[in-house]
Amino acid sequence: MKQVDFREIEGGRPFYLLLGCIGLFVLAGLGSAYYMEHNGHWVTGMSNQIVWGTPHVFAVFLIVAASGALNTASISSVFGKIPYKPLARLSGLLAITLLVGGLSILVLDLGRPDRLIIAMTYYNFKSIFAWNIFLYVGFMAVVAIYLWMMMERKMNRFTRPAGFVAFIWRLVLTTGTGSIFGFLVARQPYDTALLAPMFIIMSFAFGLAILILVLMASYKWSNRPLGDAILFRLKNLLGVFIGAVLYFVIVYHLTNLYITEQHGVERFILLDGGIYTQLFWGMQILLGSLVPLALLYGPTGKSRGWIGIASMLVIVGGLAQVYVIIIGGQAYPLELFPDKYVTSTFFDGMINSYAPSLPEVILGLGGVAIALAATLVGVRVLRFLPISLADDQVDPHSSSGEVKATA
Amino acid sequence: MSKDSNFDRYRRRFLGGAATTIAGMSLAPGILLQSIGHAKPADEAVSSDVRWGMLIDSNKCASGCNDCVQACNDEHGLTGFGRPKTDSQWIRKATLKDKQTGYTQTLPLLCQHCEKPPCVDVCPTGASFQRKDGIVLVDKHICIGCRYCMMACPYKARSFVHEDLHDQKPWSPRGKGTVESCTFCVHRVDNDRTPACVEACTAENHNAMVFGDMNDPDSELSRQLGKYHSRQIRADLELNTGVRYRGI
Amino acid sequence: MQTTMIRYWCTALSLGLLLGLPAALRADDSLLPVIPRAQGRVSEAQGCVRPTEEMRKNHMKYILHQRNQTMHKGIRTRQYSLKECINCHVSDAADAPRYGDKNFICSSCHTYAAVDIDCFQCHSDRPEKTATDNPLAPGVMRLQGKSVIHDDAGQPDDRQTLAAEGAAHE
Repeated sequence: MKQVDFREIEGGRPFYLLLGCIGLFVLAGLGSAYYMEHNGHWVTGMSNQIVWGTPHVFAVFLIVAASGALNTASISSVFGKIPYKPLARLSGLLAITLLVGGLSILVLDLGRPDRLIIAMTYYNFKSIFAWNIFLYVGFMAVVAIYLWMMMERKMNRFTRPAGFVAFIWRLVLTTGTGSIFGFLVARQPYDTALLAPMFIIMSFAFGLAILILVLMASYKWSNRPLGDAILFRLKNLLGVFIGAVLYFVIVYHLTNLYITEQHGVERFILLDGGIYTQLFWGMQILLGSLVPLALLYGPTGKSRGWIGIASMLVIVGGLAQVYVIIIGGQAYPLELFPDKYVTSTFFDGMINSYAPSLPEVILGLGGVAIALAATLVGVRVLRFLPISLADDQVDPHSSSGEVKATA
Repeated sequence: MSKDSNFDRYRRRFLGGAATTIAGMSLAPGILLQSIGHAKPADEAVSSDVRWGMLIDSNKCASGCNDCVQACNDEHGLTGFGRPKTDSQWIRKATLKDKQTGYTQTLPLLCQHCEKPPCVDVCPTGASFQRKDGIVLVDKHICIGCRYCMMACPYKARSFVHEDLHDQKPWSPRGKGTVESCTFCVHRVDNDRTPACVEACTAENHNAMVFGDMNDPDSELSRQLGKYHSRQIRADLELNTGVRYRGI
Repeated sequence: MQTTMIRYWCTALSLGLLLGLPAALRADDSLLPVIPRAQGRVSEAQGCVRPTEEMRKNHMKYILHQRNQTMHKGIRTRQYSLKECINCHVSDAADAPRYGDKNFICSSCHTYAAVDIDCFQCHSDRPEKTATDNPLAPGVMRLQGKSVIHDDAGQPDDRQTLAAEGAAHE
């Protein structure tokens, strides 16, 4: 049986340079959060009409991707697929760091971030938000324990049950995240049970795309071998997930198109919503789904460069999808009087305008930077990355046919 | 002590004048209730025996009129900053034009004080809550400013305070980073007064708004609701709003 | 070893003396907060709604309890009302200290104790009488329509009669 050895990455100047660059973005994000909190939210593009803006797009994307990043570990621990086992630790690390990045954006954007203690001590359990606080924090603890089981040889026999708990937990967590929107009866684009499973499928795609990119980058920059065997498995899986997301999007829109009441919002998203229509068709469907599918399954699927590009497109398409859901969903007005044209001084009855402002974008990027910085420090300090992911390490069909991953 | 006798003198003058005015006014038909019921003692908790509600008659609502909005803004110090997108609006006038017939009408939109408020359901800390007497409020002490209630409200009743505030009215505390909305002028209601918007509408004799206790069959509100047809906005959501409309 | 210990303690002592020098040089108590006088007293014996020492220790508990009572139950007793604290403790002069000033009732102590309070981000730091259009001020003209409410015995309780009775008593 082959053993998989894990080792921290080398430090040195390139490491500190990269960490420094990411750190600048973190500082900028923190500065932006201070600017928003000190002056009040009027300095952002968010308003009483579009209450959740670009920071929330980044935050939801990161949180959704975090639970999806754990997928690879679940595939090995829960579904017993041996070739994915060496990736399980990185998968767990990314799950935690992406979640931390997303949550920090959410907390820093709060109107009263100084009241975080209140958020952690006063609970209204009818609110999915309150449940999410438990789910998110609990997820970090559960994955930390899961990682511990994987990384300490004595505890390896508990990897499977820990992985199972983590798998179920992340499903509940993503359901909770989708339900933030799915539970809102007030708004036409939300108020559907479909959003929870759609978010789960989105998490599969986003999380895996990020994992592929982080894997390729970290192996390239630390001069470790990354074989095609594992990479091609991942890229094929990514294709499957992209297809699944496409399926859910089609079902969502087809169903809405059948319901006369929803024709207004469908027309808005699919036809005359301006930027939202462009983002939907151009970024989400074309660049985010169809092009990556072609790249991954076509002749370009054998090339690392194209796999990387496809993963990046999935991420960009994912951001666009979350943007259309969150901001496009708010841009469409509330239907108080469906048979009337409504106008008022409070922007009733009209498409609400929104433009991302610099502080919001910087805060969002700051959250991404926090996730990346934490991941970088993690792989430097602890043994998350296998020394080699070359084909003979990973491929179960070589030599004895079994690969055993150890600390 | 000198404060007391000032108050006594005020009271004498006022009651003398009021008694005369009342005698005259009680002859005029359709006087709307301003004093809404028995005054609750200050140390008594509110109870669900009372449910505060409002009736708005769109037929009596004039299209250019902004009295209710102005009164609310004055009452609560909603001065605004010249930034309509982010300035708070607790009540606003909406103009409705029928898509088929072209018929136009106006009415004020405000927090509907639902019996089953979605905003209360979604608030993670419980800051958005409903008092026993039906008034839906934001406890700004524990509001973290997440704005989820603003996403959940079907009536877009809530506003977020986007900037530092100064010189707030002592009876209406409000501050940056928290969410706020119409309180049915709870500081007035607890002292046996009607909301500022209703008072202004009545003072100018438009009489489009009635406020009162829905649980009291003898209140002016209940009698009006029982007499003519009225309905809720978005009745399909089955939130059982406290604000009812006539003419929609 | 012993020299190191001696050196350590000497350094600590001199550092402490140096840091304490500003206090030592001052002859008065100007480091301590100056709490401004209130507009009046509750009684001869007691200045505030509770004895001073008790207020110093527990005012936050009373305020916290009162805020929940008022907010959630509509109990508007005045003894522990924050609005009434301000009405009494802040003068209605136009140049009265505002929150953040050293001479404002709350910040005088809170700045000294370095305990941050956020009450005045929302609450007014000026007494009620300085606010315009107080809806509950005595003497403000009210419209009174005829209303019929029932007293405990189930008899109609005519406001008109009450008002007239009140006028007759003056």
